[in-house]
Amino acid sequence: MLPPERQLFTVTVYSENCVGLLNQVSVIFTRRCLNIEDVSASASSVPDIHKLTLTTWADRPTMEKVVRQIEKRVDVIRAFLYTDDDIVYQEVALYKVPTPRLLESAAVEDIVRHHGARILEMTPDYTVIEKSGHPWETEALLNRLRSLDIRQFVRSGRVAVTKSPVEHVDIYLEQQRRRQLKLKDK
Amino acid sequence: MKQDNITNQRISGAEALVRSLLEAGADTVFGYPGGAILPVYDCLYDYADRLRHILVRHEQGAVHAAQGFARVSGRTGVVIVTSGPGAANVITGLSDAMADSTPLVVVTGQVGQQYLGSDAFQETDVVGITQPITKWAYQVRRAEDIPAAVARAFYIASTGRPGPVVLDIAKDAQIGTLDWLYEPVNFIRSYNPSPEIDTKLIAEAAEIINAATRPMILVGQGVTISGAEDALRNLAEKASIPVCSTLLGLSALPSDHRLMKGMLGMHGNLGPNINTNRADVIVAVGMRFDDRVTGNTELYAPDAKIIHIDIDQSEFDKTVRSTVAVHADAREALEALLPLVTDAGHNEWIDSFDRHNRVEDREVAAVELNRPEGSKLTMGEVISRVSEAIGDRAVAVTDVGQNQMMSARYFRFTRPRSFITSGGLGTMGFGLPAAIGAKIAAPHRQVCLFCGDGGFQMTIQELGTIMQYGVGVKMIILNNNFLGNVRQWQNLFYNRRFSQTPMLNPDFVRIAAAYGICGEDVSEREQLDAAIGRMLADDRPYLLNVRIDETDMVFPMIPAGSAVDRIFLSEGRIYNPDNWSEQ
Ligand SMILES: Cc1ncc(C[n+]2csc(CCOP(=O)(O)OP(=O)(O)O)c2C)c(N)n1
Ligand SMILES: [Mg+2]
Repeated sequence: MLPPERQLFTVTVYSENCVGLLNQVSVIFTRRCLNIEDVSASASSVPDIHKLTLTTWADRPTMEKVVRQIEKRVDVIRAFLYTDDDIVYQEVALYKVPTPRLLESAAVEDIVRHHGARILEMTPDYTVIEKSGHPWETEALLNRLRSLDIRQFVRSGRVAVTKSPVEHVDIYLEQQRRRQLKLKDK
Repeated sequence: MKQDNITNQRISGAEALVRSLLEAGADTVFGYPGGAILPVYDCLYDYADRLRHILVRHEQGAVHAAQGFARVSGRTGVVIVTSGPGAANVITGLSDAMADSTPLVVVTGQVGQQYLGSDAFQETDVVGITQPITKWAYQVRRAEDIPAAVARAFYIASTGRPGPVVLDIAKDAQIGTLDWLYEPVNFIRSYNPSPEIDTKLIAEAAEIINAATRPMILVGQGVTISGAEDALRNLAEKASIPVCSTLLGLSALPSDHRLMKGMLGMHGNLGPNINTNRADVIVAVGMRFDDRVTGNTELYAPDAKIIHIDIDQSEFDKTVRSTVAVHADAREALEALLPLVTDAGHNEWIDSFDRHNRVEDREVAAVELNRPEGSKLTMGEVISRVSEAIGDRAVAVTDVGQNQMMSARYFRFTRPRSFITSGGLGTMGFGLPAAIGAKIAAPHRQVCLFCGDGGFQMTIQELGTIMQYGVGVKMIILNNNFLGNVRQWQNLFYNRRFSQTPMLNPDFVRIAAAYGICGEDVSEREQLDAAIGRMLADDRPYLLNVRIDETDMVFPMIPAGSAVDRIFLSEGRIYNPDNWSEQ
């Protein structure tokens, strides 16, 4: 039997906002020797509910088990598994380049227009450029800026929202609210 | 004798912890004091009449004792230890309880808040270390959070798939004060331990069962945990389905029930293992297809549609794919199935289990149990003699190794919650403290421990606990002067190179005597029954050190990673079920 195909997965985890949550989630990857490509943590659209987005290369059967094991954690509300087709996603990249080099190259126009980037801050010393997009887009700008003696580059973890019309977390929370009411009646 | 739940009563965090434990239903705790938990121990002094504290001799023993307590009674076991080394010593037990779904609340003292993260004296990152091996681990830093944390801990530990929970309580939270108020928890937003049963799936499962010609039920500990023993029996009897058990599922159905066909897995019985690969339908209830049960999963149950019933969704399709996965409490699921199933007889199929098992009786059990005169005793002989003598209500506790597998094979179970053993983790040293906890939880049941000479010495200091509290545990050391189980593998797979498995042992009876515990050595077959008689004559603890043939091996055996129907009856002798003449 061929080993199952590896692909890039995005896992989103909705949880209570508690200390050590990231640790609880990341050890589940560690146990299976899965490298987390990137991770971002933020608030979600529901007050008090926290959202983690992680990406990793793996095969689907493994990831289905990982997601169930994440969901099993008591502090986790729901966890979901996606491939790139299921989601709209972006990353933000920042680039720091020396201002003199930038100006003498006359690249600013190209950077802003062609790459759709923004100048965040410009001092006589350095300029910080911001671009959000898919990894290959921020990567393309990085390559463009290499010739300008780029000093720093950083890219955020992926942020993603689903294309699905159904909001599964809301459904879960509604079910739990009904369960809680029933328990109160008892 | 509960304290009144009055508000506006200023008490310390330590007292709030003790009162909260009482509110949560605890009456016994196992523990060991130290600096970071001293405020709690000071308070336990005042509550000694309501909360019984058992002082163990090592924190590992506290956890195993609490596990024995929990597994016999179905109640949540409670442990209290100090920070740093005390907390580090509970790791093995937590991991064991996690693997075997045992409800525990383990309270660890922690350094004061201002010292957290500073490598302070006896500070260790308890939550960080224990998170991956517990159901929930939580640090409490303020006195006023203690009652709610305890209530939550008990709720999490005991519901859904039970498991160990750690509460790491900073010392200043123990000292600080709060207005006493305890409210039980029965709801956590991020957690649903009682999923609603999907009736469509139940109907689908029933249809598959009713169409089966060769069905079998595999029971795991989930049946015991959910109290589904009657539901299991009713379903098996109504639909005439043979029942086989995992190691931890043993005693859910009495050994002599006509549909109980034995144990699954590496050292299981012939009928269950051979027929796993011949069944057309498998109903797996509260079990998780551990590799010791399945062997090679690619060759496992090739003809079977699998109906998997479990409270833990993450077990579905983890090692073995199911046709129908029912996410539910085992009892609820079995009760829902009952009216939908029909009796299809399956007589020939049921008989086929007995046919295989008869071969095992003759080729394996008879060899183990009927030794030539003058030969050394075997474990099987001792266990079956004790099992016969000890009567109906006994609890068998085991350690890990040959003693454990032989106990699973030769002890006869008549009642639920009668077999306490370390399954998922296989922790040597589990037996003695677990037996202590079991006896404390069930003082009116006989509790006997079957233990190896190796494992006994891993937690031997708990003889002190037996002495101090007069715990009437009957200890049987199956003494082969070897790490027998490892020896068996070296014998079969490593060219008889017995690397680091022979053991020079102390005089166990004299050690017991030093703890004021009676006991005797047994080396001859003729001595055995009388010695067992003396051991069971009263309620006191007793130790039998039985000299066992070190060359004896546990059979049948499925080598690790083989198909479950590739079974050795003895060394080099494979069972060929289709080509076996019944003499
Ligand atoms: C804590 C721990 N260490 C090591 C092992 C590996 N192990 C499994 S069985 C066994 C031998 C047990 O010997 P003994 O206690 O004398 O029991 P016997 O098999 O002889 O009945 C060992 C070393 C284990 N299961 N647990
Ligand atoms: Mg031994």
